[in-house]
Amino acid sequence: MTADARSLGRLSHQPLRLALLAIRLGPALMLPALILIMSVLTPAFLTTLNLGNVLAQSAVIAVLAIGQLLVILTRGIDLSVGSTLALASVVGALVYSAVPSGPAVILAMLATGMAVGAVNGMGYVLGRLPHPFIVTLATLSAARGLALWLSGGQPAQGMPEVIQSVGGGSAGWLPYSAFLVAAVALAVTVLLTRVVWGRWIYAVGGNPEGARRTAIPVNRVLISVYVLSGLAAGIAAFITSGRLNAGSPTFGDLAELDSIAAVVIGGASFLGGRGNVGNALVGALMIGIIRNGMNLLDVDAFLQPIVIGVVIVAAVEADVIRGRLESRFRVAQAARS
Amino acid sequence: MTSAPGEPAPRGVGGPVAPPALAVRAATKRFGAVVALDGVDLEVRPGEVLALLGDNGAGKSTLIKCVSGVHRLDSGSIEMGGVPVTMGSPTAARALGIETVYQDLALFDNLDPAANFYAGRELAGPRWLPPGLRVLRRREMARASAELLTRLQVGIADARAPVGLMSGGQRQAIAVARAAAFASKVVILDEPTAALGLRESRRVLDLILRLRDEGHAVIVVSHAMDHVIEVADRAAVLRRGRKVGEMTPTPDNRQGIVSLIVGGEA
Repeated sequence: MTADARSLGRLSHQPLRLALLAIRLGPALMLPALILIMSVLTPAFLTTLNLGNVLAQSAVIAVLAIGQLLVILTRGIDLSVGSTLALASVVGALVYSAVPSGPAVILAMLATGMAVGAVNGMGYVLGRLPHPFIVTLATLSAARGLALWLSGGQPAQGMPEVIQSVGGGSAGWLPYSAFLVAAVALAVTVLLTRVVWGRWIYAVGGNPEGARRTAIPVNRVLISVYVLSGLAAGIAAFITSGRLNAGSPTFGDLAELDSIAAVVIGGASFLGGRGNVGNALVGALMIGIIRNGMNLLDVDAFLQPIVIGVVIVAAVEADVIRGRLESRFRVAQAARS
Repeated sequence: MTSAPGEPAPRGVGGPVAPPALAVRAATKRFGAVVALDGVDLEVRPGEVLALLGDNGAGKSTLIKCVSGVHRLDSGSIEMGGVPVTMGSPTAARALGIETVYQDLALFDNLDPAANFYAGRELAGPRWLPPGLRVLRRREMARASAELLTRLQVGIADARAPVGLMSGGQRQAIAVARAAAFASKVVILDEPTAALGLRESRRVLDLILRLRDEGHAVIVVSHAMDHVIEVADRAAVLRRGRKVGEMTPTPDNRQGIVSLIVGGEA
């Protein structure tokens, strides 16, 4: 290859590399920027009391987003998590009225979440559906309906001590729920980066057909991510019920959309295969901070969904641009070799 | 199956005494009324590159799919190292030491080369855990794949980058290297240079020669006559499911081979 062509290859290479890096780190850089902006705009933002608030308010979205991330990594989507949260909290309240035991209630909530997840996963895989959108849309409706029917449409007051304190209590200004989020995040990070099953989750998202050919148990991997997303909804139910000291069929309304938004805003690819727990956490915190900051600034509450919507579009567009840049990067590689 | 890619494959003895790494005898395969393969014989020895030639629909794909366990022969037999074998499934074929690289490469664009090499057969422990729950031996896999890439002289700037960021030639090289790493006996390549430019084709051809030198039996399906002449020790020509010729491809008999392929009706 001539010297000319070589320098051409290198020239087009370095800016591309930088642009790709910027897109990859974008959300992680925007989070501190957002914190800085809010701190400048209002002195009430950067106080331990308020930060504790932000963490407590973001905890539910964060847990749901971590579950949603696993599903999105496999090119799927779980629309049912908000309804699953409500159903789990209602089942928890029913169990509490029969057996006043904290562990029993917690177990009931987690098991309910996993059961709905199992229905999603099995329905998707065994029904050979083209996309999980439909089956999770069905459980979005059915789980909410079941929660309303079981509860008679009424919230049931009262939750066991342990759930109340984990959901609503705090160590100093740090809410206990933040520690729970950290534990979930750590567990899922270990799964995704250290365990064979996690590697298979990425493989299924990267190339489902290729995964089948290399004898990865694709169907079991797919079912597992919906069960884990359901489990995350069960944990979120436990936080919500504890914080509000009740089990209610109206909990988690539209939470599925928040969780999807968090994953995408945080920088995971909506097309599957790419993303990590950090993305889900960053996204959840950004949503939490935007809402909290706008409340502090006394911005009309009706404007909040618009701002979140704009951020979602920007995040998805960044993903699209990343795809374009990567294909140019490939061409540059071929020119250099 | 579980041997590390860093280990060199057993070197072929070569010469007339070694039994063929793979021998297909009187292979016949029908799809309904269509006879895709009609009594085809084929042999490939360790340290040899066999080109499989033929026009579209000649039966090349069917033949390699039968050998790699995707299809089953209606009649005929397959032997490896002189021993009759049955290819019940792609997994069974891989367990017998046959790896196939299809044109779509079956790479995971979101994963790095090491993760691609080991996809579905990750090095992990401890053994008492079920396979899916074992802990990845990431460093071991990274080291072995780096060794493999060095040994096969696959030039990759950043071995930690996802494969999706690599050029067509690099991706092809990674797919071939993955096959070579796990194929103890036979590597089958379907149109390995079809999507590549000149320079990248060159590198893949060099890679094929290195596999041969390491003692693999290599079967290459290709339409690129120049490439076939360059790397193949022997060429077998299929037409309408039958083998119509077998020769050493040289620049001199190139025309003859082409007319065998297209079936120049005299």
